[in-house]
Amino acid sequence: MSGHIKLAQIKKGNDAIVQSIEGDELRSKLLELGLTSGSKVRVLYTAPFGDPIAVDIEGFVLSLRKSEANLIHVTV
Amino acid sequence: MKIALLGNPNTGKSSVFNLLTGLRQHVGNFPGVTVEKKTGTLKINETSHQLIDFPGTYSVYPHSEDEKVVYNVLSNPANPDYPDVCVVVLDASNLRRNLFLFSQIYDLGLPTVMVLNMIDVADKNKLEITTEKLQEHFPDAVIVSSNARVKLGKSRILEAITAAGKSENRIPFIEGAAMAAIDDQVKQEEEAEKRFAKIDGIIPQILTQKAEEKKTETRSTKLDKILTHPVFGYLIFAAILLLIFQFIFSFASIPMDFIDTQFGNLSEWIGQSMPEGIFNDLLTQGIIPGIGGVVIFVPQIAILFFFLAILEETGYMARVVFIMDRLMRPFGLNGKSVVPLMSGVACAIPGVMAARTIADWKERMITIMVTPLMSCSARIPVYTLLIALVIPEKTVLGIFNLQGLVLFALYAMGVVAALGVAAILKLVIKAKAKGYLLLEMPAYKQPRWGNVGITVFEKVKVFVLNAGKIILAISIVLWALASYGPGDRMEKAVVAAEEFATENQLDEEEQADLIAGAQLENSYIGIMGKTIEPVIAPLGYDWKMGISLITSFAAREVFVGSLATIYSVHDDGEENLPLRQKLLKEKHADGTPVYTLATGVSLMVFYVFAMQCMATMAVVKRETGSWKWTFFQLGLFGVLAYLGAFLSFQLLS
Repeated sequence: MSGHIKLAQIKKGNDAIVQSIEGDELRSKLLELGLTSGSKVRVLYTAPFGDPIAVDIEGFVLSLRKSEANLIHVTV
Repeated sequence: MKIALLGNPNTGKSSVFNLLTGLRQHVGNFPGVTVEKKTGTLKINETSHQLIDFPGTYSVYPHSEDEKVVYNVLSNPANPDYPDVCVVVLDASNLRRNLFLFSQIYDLGLPTVMVLNMIDVADKNKLEITTEKLQEHFPDAVIVSSNARVKLGKSRILEAITAAGKSENRIPFIEGAAMAAIDDQVKQEEEAEKRFAKIDGIIPQILTQKAEEKKTETRSTKLDKILTHPVFGYLIFAAILLLIFQFIFSFASIPMDFIDTQFGNLSEWIGQSMPEGIFNDLLTQGIIPGIGGVVIFVPQIAILFFFLAILEETGYMARVVFIMDRLMRPFGLNGKSVVPLMSGVACAIPGVMAARTIADWKERMITIMVTPLMSCSARIPVYTLLIALVIPEKTVLGIFNLQGLVLFALYAMGVVAALGVAAILKLVIKAKAKGYLLLEMPAYKQPRWGNVGITVFEKVKVFVLNAGKIILAISIVLWALASYGPGDRMEKAVVAAEEFATENQLDEEEQADLIAGAQLENSYIGIMGKTIEPVIAPLGYDWKMGISLITSFAAREVFVGSLATIYSVHDDGEENLPLRQKLLKEKHADGTPVYTLATGVSLMVFYVFAMQCMATMAVVKRETGSWKWTFFQLGLFGVLAYLGAFLSFQLLS
């Protein structure tokens, strides 16, 4: 598990690669949006107060709350 | 033939729908649910086919009420809406995510058309799609490209629909592709992983990036940095709100006055040209004013939805949701609650319906519960009359007009109440699932005026049909209650009024107004007003106001007309000058004036909170599917209104 962090911890403008998604009722939804392991993401910008965040997922921009971003494990 | 139109959100699906059907469309509901179902007719070689527009989804497996429709229809061949052909619209500039839904639908085995839409955007992003390669992986699908925004591709799509065939031995995109059960999370997750693994494998063959290096920052992202900026983001949103409200409040009054006059004229003309009698009265005092009371709000609703549609079309609305989400969350609301709350300023009915886009049950419920607290346009005539009546016209703090400030305070009170109630409900309502926000931020686009026009038309139609029925029905009931009284009570009152008029040598108009007042006082509704007087006396109201409160249930602005009738003055529909003069002269038995500052403020506060709109109640019932919530809301707002009015009156008198 070396280097695994959560998407919510990635700083603005940085890239990451999705590793896994925590088991949660949202897991299937996140997978269906293309957040499967190996997909490339980039944190584009955040809303005022740092939440929600906008993330580029292989070519489209998704906004999600920090609580959702905390379910997504990534490596940089 | 039934043709299903499916696709991800923001793929231009509604443009394709409009392109194929033009204005031959019909909005209804999917059976048993409140999800909007748009159907249209399209003609291929003189044969008419039915095109059904399904809610935009990322997957056939649902995560919200809207999305359940897609699953329910596609998983059940016995469903009346089960399609013969599926047309799936894909955003060509975002193939990976779009192919996911497409491959799911392809694997159903139905004749399937792939519409690669927004091909211009893909071009601009220097993406080249090798259709032949795509075809290899979906051999049974008919693949066409289109740019529905500029009406390109209609004939190609129609041809494709005819060409699409069913194949008995279709090779599925992934093995074991049968649809999973709606609650089989594990199987759905496995399927998602499998599909994306395969899509990621084929994408390099299909897609080539023409430019050497993809631009690191697109124009949309640059714009986003400004529009979601902690300072400018809110300033820009506030400026846009100001502009919209300016239009709603100032410019809408021109067509509204016109409508008001025309309905007044119509009533008068019919009243004079038809033989007198009950049917004449029903038409001129019940039905025509009832319809007029609905139509009068059309300009404001049309203007509001014109702007909301533009904000939606351009992609800006997603940014509003984005910057508002964190602010709304402490109140148990969602960034998406902004649209219903904004709509509520014109009318709560489309607002409550707009809450459908909120996926989380609890956040949606709270939004529906508090939206009617936003001061809607039907309250404006009430506020205007009362402010002119009891608030002096003077300048305070150098620049502010006191009357304007009070009006602003009433609106602010509505907003504060909405947020306050929401915050309380957040603690009270049990969540069915953890609230979440997952929202695509579409690339900014020019609005498509055709789509804007259709949206405005549809929203106005929904309002007129939904609210119209109820307002009209109540208008008729109220007319009957106001026109009839027990026994010969009304007749006696009329005789007495006539005698009084002759004694005091009143002219014809004064006599007619006096008789109308006497009739209303002795009608069933007059008796109801007197019955509730003890209850509303602590708020500073007498039975005359009681009557007006009851009649307001048709629509709040009826308050003004009812007062005019009770006080036997002509409702001139403009400045209400005669009514105001009469009200100011009105004295209690002990000689003190009835319409004091305390009473006026108490009434205004009552109108801020009270749920005096049957049409909204009906829509809340339909949207929540529950009488419990509907009556909870009615009761809660009633308590707020009563307590608020009571406190205002007691503190000020």
